[in-house]
Amino acid sequence: MFASIMEQLINGLRTGSIYALIAIGYTMVYGIAKMINFAHGDVIMVGAYALYVCIGVYKLPVLPSVIITCIFCSVLGVVLEKVAYKPLRNAPPLAVLITAIGMSYLLQSASLLIFGATPIPFSSIINVKSIVVGGITISGITIVTLIVTIIAMIILTLFINKTKAGASMRAVSEDRGAAELVGINVNKTISMTFAIGSFLAAIAGILFICQYESLKPTLGALPGIKAFVAAVLGGIGSIPGAMVGGVILGIIESLSKAYISTQLSDAIVFGVLVVVLLVKPTGLLGKIKKEKV
Amino acid sequence: MSSNKLLEVDNLNVYYGNIHAIKGVSLNVCEGEIVSLIGANGAGKTTTLQTISGLLKAKTGSVKFNGKELTKMEAHNILKCGIAQVPEGRRVFANLTVKENLEMGGITVKDTSENKKAEIEEIYKRFPRLEERKKQTAGTLSGGEQQMLAIGRALMSRPKILLLDEPSMGLSPMLVKEIFKIIKDVNESGVTVLLVEQNAKMALSISDRAYILETGKVSRSGDAHSLMEDDAIKKAYLGA
Ligand SMILES: Nc1ncnc2c1ncn2[C@@H]1O[C@H](COP(=O)(O)OP(=O)(O)OP(=O)(O)O)[C@@H](O)[C@H]1O
Ligand SMILES: [Mg+2]
Repeated sequence: MFASIMEQLINGLRTGSIYALIAIGYTMVYGIAKMINFAHGDVIMVGAYALYVCIGVYKLPVLPSVIITCIFCSVLGVVLEKVAYKPLRNAPPLAVLITAIGMSYLLQSASLLIFGATPIPFSSIINVKSIVVGGITISGITIVTLIVTIIAMIILTLFINKTKAGASMRAVSEDRGAAELVGINVNKTISMTFAIGSFLAAIAGILFICQYESLKPTLGALPGIKAFVAAVLGGIGSIPGAMVGGVILGIIESLSKAYISTQLSDAIVFGVLVVVLLVKPTGLLGKIKKEKV
Repeated sequence: MSSNKLLEVDNLNVYYGNIHAIKGVSLNVCEGEIVSLIGANGAGKTTTLQTISGLLKAKTGSVKFNGKELTKMEAHNILKCGIAQVPEGRRVFANLTVKENLEMGGITVKDTSENKKAEIEEIYKRFPRLEERKKQTAGTLSGGEQQMLAIGRALMSRPKILLLDEPSMGLSPMLVKEIFKIIKDVNESGVTVLLVEQNAKMALSISDRAYILETGKVSRSGDAHSLMEDDAIKKAYLGA
């Protein structure tokens, strides 16, 4: 029993890490551009296909393929913002929301056109052996996922808290007008946010596709929406919140799939979200926004 | 006093949607001066400053700095020309430390990190209370300390002109005196000042000239001394 629970916890940690990586993108973009980028989930899909093109089509080695994938997604994120969202900087939120949904469909349709609807098999690029600790088997992909996620989060946290660029991102997210007045280039800061968020989404896409080993144009939709829930659960706008929210969501999902019901697991996840928001409307680590007097 | 016009605002018109907030305002500030812009709530003082700084766009009219047109420029580029603003309500970055706030103020300055550090030390010398609290987040400072931080942050960009929007707002009379003394010191160190105030008495007492703004229009202007002696002004703004 104990071993089985531990295994489910570790599975949950693995899925949760991927949610967390994606959730960070939602939360950073929300914090800085005050919008929900609903096309963010599809960046994961683009990352998965980009990796497939590098490895499956052009037969490139793993490391360059991963680097190309991450850079490609970062550039995609920046272009998406410049083309679709920047012209709407001062538009009503509904217009931005509809545009984001439109961008999501655009990316899915583009990959449908290029790669077709038939799922493409893809074999994992992670060849790490599983290990057994105290009777519990931990798969190679789990080990790699956890290590990569932890490293990514440490680097991101240091970047946000210790560098000037990080401080300017915090400044813009707190008060865009005041940030402009001190001469922070807000457009550049927003671009940087999209680049970082999409970079992390590419990593998530790579880890995701190594686990599921099959590509289809809608593959980003479900992890995208789960990660969005994770970001809201943790407190949208808060980076630690996105990390915690992602991990908690993954664990709840894994435990409820194993011990309650596979069909009900999504309902349980959303149930937890509703309860948390009822008790704490700003999410687990979200800050209460002080109104300016 | 030199009559070299540093900042020239000419026939400025600014709208919020259909609301015509600034109706043909013209004013100028010469190098080395302290000029006040005085007016009641809603007169358009903040709107004028925000337009000069590039946060709001004018519908018509021009803002020239050293002869260079600013109205089409982005805010961060206007700052680089040498125009810094201490905004209404201070607007320090509450979640950033005092030191980080000052660093953000100097973000456009291209210089060695030693010189930037020295710059921050200069600010600490001017405001010793900020040095004591340099590691605290700005949100934990008192109102007066936040005002000093906002001024320090603006000075970090090495401005030629400092725009201040109601620096006395919400401060005790003692602190107001202190802030006005700081403004005078800053001016004496070679920074031109455009000061927005409702506290007309204090503002006029340190100014060379002043403009009176009423519902989006300049109703009076002149040297501070004669405005202070003017009966109509006394009645409307000096509580006499
Ligand atoms: N965001 C806005 N949307 C619509 N109208 C606005 C906005 N901001 C200001 N106004 C209007 O523009 C006019 C000028 O406002 P402004 O804030 O410039 O006045 P002010 O002189 O700075 O006043 P105060 O002393 O209260 O700060 C006012 O009538 C105000 O109602
Ligand atoms: Mg005002």
